[in-house]
Amino acid sequence: MDVGKDLVAASATPLVLAILAEGESYGYAIIKRVAELSGGHLQWTDGMLYPVLHRLERQGYVAAKWSASENARRRKYYRITKEGRAHLAAQRQQWKAVDGTLRGIWMKACTI
Amino acid sequence: MTTFAERPLEELIGQWREYLRRRQAVHGSDVEELEGHLRDQLTALTEAGLTADEAFLVAVKRMGSLDALSREFALAHSERLWKQLVMGPEAERPAETRSTEVFVVLSLAIAAALAVKVPALFGLRFDTGDEAFYLRNASLFVFPLLTVYFVWKRELSLASSLWLALPFVAAAVFANVFPFPRGTRGCCTSHTEVLSILHLPIALWLAVGFAYVRERWFAKPGRMHFVRFSGELAIYYVLIALGGGVLTAFTVMMFQAIDLKPDWFIGNWLIPCGAAGAVIIASWLVEAKQSVIENMAPVLTRLFTPLFTLLLLAFLATMAWTGNPINVKREVLIGFDLLLVLVVGLVLYAASARDPEAPPDLFDALQLLLVASALVVDLVALAAIAERISEFGFTPNRVAALGENLILLVNLAWSAWLYARFLRHRCSFAVLEAWQVAYLPVYAVWAALVVVVFPPLFGYR
Repeated sequence: MDVGKDLVAASATPLVLAILAEGESYGYAIIKRVAELSGGHLQWTDGMLYPVLHRLERQGYVAAKWSASENARRRKYYRITKEGRAHLAAQRQQWKAVDGTLRGIWMKACTI
Repeated sequence: MTTFAERPLEELIGQWREYLRRRQAVHGSDVEELEGHLRDQLTALTEAGLTADEAFLVAVKRMGSLDALSREFALAHSERLWKQLVMGPEAERPAETRSTEVFVVLSLAIAAALAVKVPALFGLRFDTGDEAFYLRNASLFVFPLLTVYFVWKRELSLASSLWLALPFVAAAVFANVFPFPRGTRGCCTSHTEVLSILHLPIALWLAVGFAYVRERWFAKPGRMHFVRFSGELAIYYVLIALGGGVLTAFTVMMFQAIDLKPDWFIGNWLIPCGAAGAVIIASWLVEAKQSVIENMAPVLTRLFTPLFTLLLLAFLATMAWTGNPINVKREVLIGFDLLLVLVVGLVLYAASARDPEAPPDLFDALQLLLVASALVVDLVALAAIAERISEFGFTPNRVAALGENLILLVNLAWSAWLYARFLRHRCSFAVLEAWQVAYLPVYAVWAALVVVVFPPLFGYR
């Protein structure tokens, strides 16, 4: 089962912020973490992550810096900012509300 | 270290990187970031047992289509497409060459600005009587430096580009050896001198063109590129001049507010130096932007071709209706020459942007109508001018105007013929384009003739 495109797009921001809340990371590692967390259900087109990261950077939710990686190439590392954490908390509330609503109706459907 | 077996992969990555770089919305550092991702992915995939090219295919596929990617980048950075207009396409070349180029361009622009002031060191003042000297040599202050820029930019060897200096040396000689009579106020009173002033830049522009297209002069696309460059340069130059006008106005306003008159500075420094430097800057902008924005000249051509066609037809109809003859004065002669120049320009720039493979469409028919009506208008004007010449004899101005008229007439007549054939599917558009491009040197040769032959021929009148 693959998650639909709209849902993938909508969940991108909270997911990226949540992963960065675990600690500083970079694009490829974030993609890997997403695959790991979703058990492969959330299929991202790899490249699309970067516009999302750049948008978050511009909004001030993440900060980025270039530093050397283990393979001698430069790599851009992202970390979550204070505003990012606040935004993540807000997003979390919203997703909880959505999740709760759906859960409520589906649980009922199951019990009938 | 890249071993032999890995090289194809490096080439593949290089190719992919090049494709990505061409996207306007994706900047150099983004490319680097994405490439890093691709490489991480490749490492992981090869470690999982895929061969290098299998891994490459999978990694690129996972990265997503470049179109979709650059669209997303454009959405995330909507200002980038605009910033490109000012900042230069950083994705195309490494930062090092870019800053070197900025340095070279600025140096040349400053050199051009200062070149204008060099004669002043030898007592030739711009504001007191030596205007004629400055006007005769106007193009010589700038064009050689512009040529130097292209020699540098195209990485021509110094030895092979030395002959490019020849036209400029010759021009300097012919602009200054002739004993033109001095008027009372030092300004040009001699007709042949004015003609020389007007024609020298046209002749020398060909020399700049040689440097611009390098050895590709004899290949058609080379010259067409130069035509495009010239059109864009004119547009950029006008834009810069408008900005310069605003700067000048504010200079005057602000210094007058504190009771100082900055006229000497504006007249002697700001305008002449700015005008010279702006040519170099504008050329650099056109060079840097050619891949970034849609060329303006063809757009203007599309816009004005119908309007000028309408004007010419309305003029012919009115003349036929009222029976008013053309009142031949000097301005009229020049005016009709300029009309033909304009029509040739419209044809040329329409051709420059047209896909030669495309079948004839309505716009081509409109072009033919434009050319045909211009021909009719010009023939009417020519008849009137010929009458006047047979009555009052030849003067340098009349001969020059007549010669130009004939040159343009030949071009347009043949263009009309080719357009007609093209519209009836008898020949391809490429033939017409080739004709326009092949004709270009004729203008320069005629201009050179006017500069070199006319003054002695007409006794420096």
